[in-house]
Amino acid sequence: MKTTSEFEHQTTAPPELSRIQAAQQWLRHRLGTAPVEEMAGHKTVPVHRHTIWYYLGGMTLFLFSIQVVTGILLLLYYRPSAEEAFESVQFIMTDVSFGWLVRSIHSWSANLMILTLFIHMFSVYFLKAYRPPREITWITGVLLLFIALGFGFSGYLLPWNKLAFFATRVGTEIPRVFPFVGDFIMRFLRGGDEVTGATLTRFFGFHVAILPALTTAILGVHLWLVQSHGMSRPRGTEHENDREMKFVPNFLLRDIMGWLVALGILAALAAIFPWELGEKADPFVPAPAGIRPEWFFLFSFETLKLLPAHIWFFEGEALGILGFTLGIGFWLLVPFLDRNAARGLPSRGFTVIGVVVVIYIVVMTAIGFWS
Amino acid sequence: MGKDKLKMLESPWKILGTVACAGFLASVSFLPAQPKPADSCVACHTDLDESLTRQMDGDIHLERGLGCVGCHGGDASQSDQELAMAATRGFAGRPKPAQTAAFCGKCHSDAGFMKKYNPALRIDQQAEYLTSVHGKLLGQGNQMVATCISCHGSHGIRSVSHPMSRVYPQKVAQTCGKCHADSGYMKSRLPTDQVAHYGKSVHAEALMKKNDLSAPTCNDCHGNHGASPPGVSSVANVCGTCHTRQAEMFRQSPHNASFQQLGQAECLVCHDNHEIAPPTDQMLSVEESGTCADCHSEGDKGYAAAQAMHRSITDLSGRLNEVEQLVTRAERAGMEVSRARIGLSEGHDALIGARVVVHRFSASHVKTETDRGMASARKTRQLGEQALNELQFRRKGLAASLLVIGLALVAVFFKIRQIERK
Repeated sequence: MKTTSEFEHQTTAPPELSRIQAAQQWLRHRLGTAPVEEMAGHKTVPVHRHTIWYYLGGMTLFLFSIQVVTGILLLLYYRPSAEEAFESVQFIMTDVSFGWLVRSIHSWSANLMILTLFIHMFSVYFLKAYRPPREITWITGVLLLFIALGFGFSGYLLPWNKLAFFATRVGTEIPRVFPFVGDFIMRFLRGGDEVTGATLTRFFGFHVAILPALTTAILGVHLWLVQSHGMSRPRGTEHENDREMKFVPNFLLRDIMGWLVALGILAALAAIFPWELGEKADPFVPAPAGIRPEWFFLFSFETLKLLPAHIWFFEGEALGILGFTLGIGFWLLVPFLDRNAARGLPSRGFTVIGVVVVIYIVVMTAIGFWS
Repeated sequence: MGKDKLKMLESPWKILGTVACAGFLASVSFLPAQPKPADSCVACHTDLDESLTRQMDGDIHLERGLGCVGCHGGDASQSDQELAMAATRGFAGRPKPAQTAAFCGKCHSDAGFMKKYNPALRIDQQAEYLTSVHGKLLGQGNQMVATCISCHGSHGIRSVSHPMSRVYPQKVAQTCGKCHADSGYMKSRLPTDQVAHYGKSVHAEALMKKNDLSAPTCNDCHGNHGASPPGVSSVANVCGTCHTRQAEMFRQSPHNASFQQLGQAECLVCHDNHEIAPPTDQMLSVEESGTCADCHSEGDKGYAAAQAMHRSITDLSGRLNEVEQLVTRAERAGMEVSRARIGLSEGHDALIGARVVVHRFSASHVKTETDRGMASARKTRQLGEQALNELQFRRKGLAASLLVIGLALVAVFFKIRQIERK
């Protein structure tokens, strides 16, 4: 029998939680997510005329998540060998329920992700968001772009079709111009002297194990830095007003709107333009006309193509590769080189360099497409 | 004597000395390093008629080190004409037509000799030539017939595989036509329209326009050194050299025995000899445009067989065209149709097979082949229709998913407004 005090205690107790709230509380106590929730609750996003560019990072992350999910689904059927790769992708496209949708979304999403990555990177560059203390955020971001290009290069070969086979043969030939280590890099990439089934297996390994592992580590650092430093407010917007919006739920809901639009575009592209399969690769037939890499490598491919065989005493291609290597080094070190931006001063020189790089990439890609 | 005068006296000696040295050096430098062996044939004949020696440019014999003496004999080291062209020194001169085969055969029929130059080359050309119509007529004293040099040329002979050779596959018809298309030269002994007819044939089209060097020209059917018209009974053998399956079918056909009885020239009855047109399914028709109707009339067994074969083949061809259009439509819409393409190619293989089996002139055998093709066409049609149905399904699915996404977008939009109104 209950005592009076016990009845009193029951009547003064807090109102009973709903089942969902109770479950949330249960998890919160066990996972210790309270600090994260608190951080998310306090996180704000500056509101100004350049706020739109903040959505590109989230969009890239969303497309990357689609890559992970569709990639895992493709793994259930894909067979990484020269004898079976093409047939397994053909099987996915024709016999597996919604296999065509998964593969087409994987391919389209990969391309859209690289596009949003480029836009995200250039928006960060032009807004000088790499200023202290975000130097490492910039470096990890650029590294993630190169990893994404690595995903693109390795994934292109996996269906083992004719165009990808010959494009990979050309692509893996390029590192040979590096002195001393060129041959080693080429053989390391190919798993031998020629592009064979060994290359396919190796590229599969890069695509599903090595690059995802690298991405997880670097993306983890990148996201943690973004959270810890918050969004960078571009120079010149400090005096607009000090408006801010809460990350959760205001900014996140807007992000979700963007993701829904991206999902719609992906669905339309996959249904209207399913990703082509092409013809099975045959190493013994001559290379078909018009071999070219994926669009995101086109500007560099076109540059190497247009360079003369010899410039002074140097091989044109070697000089081109050297130029790209120096360019990448410069790009990685931009936060340390742009002293004015670091001091909060205008840095028009770097803006001009950025504009030249964008024009160069767009023009060379266009030449590559229409030449 | 002043120093200036002394200098003036010295200078003529200097000039003379310099000239003498220069002259010596010049004479030494212009001397040949090694004396070249004199070739009196070339020296004299160049003087007499330069074009004769120029004709030898690119000559295969000259390239292999066989000069004038290699064929004509004599002694080219002698500068004296009498000695150089003495019979005692093996001079054979210019052979008469009747001597030409033996003249060339001196080396070309000698296995030991030919091994030194081209061991892969046959050595029976002379023997074959003697069995040819040309050789036989020559034996009968006809000096107008072709000998080795009529086709290969005398000077400037190139390897058969050289595109400038007169007997290079694409030049053979022109070379034969030099005599055989010349009515004045042939003097009505033979018709002279063969080359013109051949020029319109499917074989000439392949050889001349498509540069298919394996396509036949005159010598492939008539022989080259042993050239003769194929006899009536050997036409199928000649055509069968390349068209093996057709010849095999023909030998099993009822036409084989009847044509022999009637003295008909087998393949030529339907396909002609020189002007062989690309074969069409229409040839099987019993209508006026068909070939079968030339001999068969309504009521006979051949007429019924031709009608049945024509129907089987045109039905399959028409069905494959329909299916091709269906598959292409699905492919253009972005569907994956590689399996349907394999089915289509199996159907086309059966159609080609049926067109070959036609030479057996048996409607049931043709039908077996066309039935195989029809089965492939049916299977492919199913795949094409499935692809188009799938396309419709995808479009409907897209519309539904876009609707759901649109509704979700609107919902999120109102949620944002609701939150921000507070």
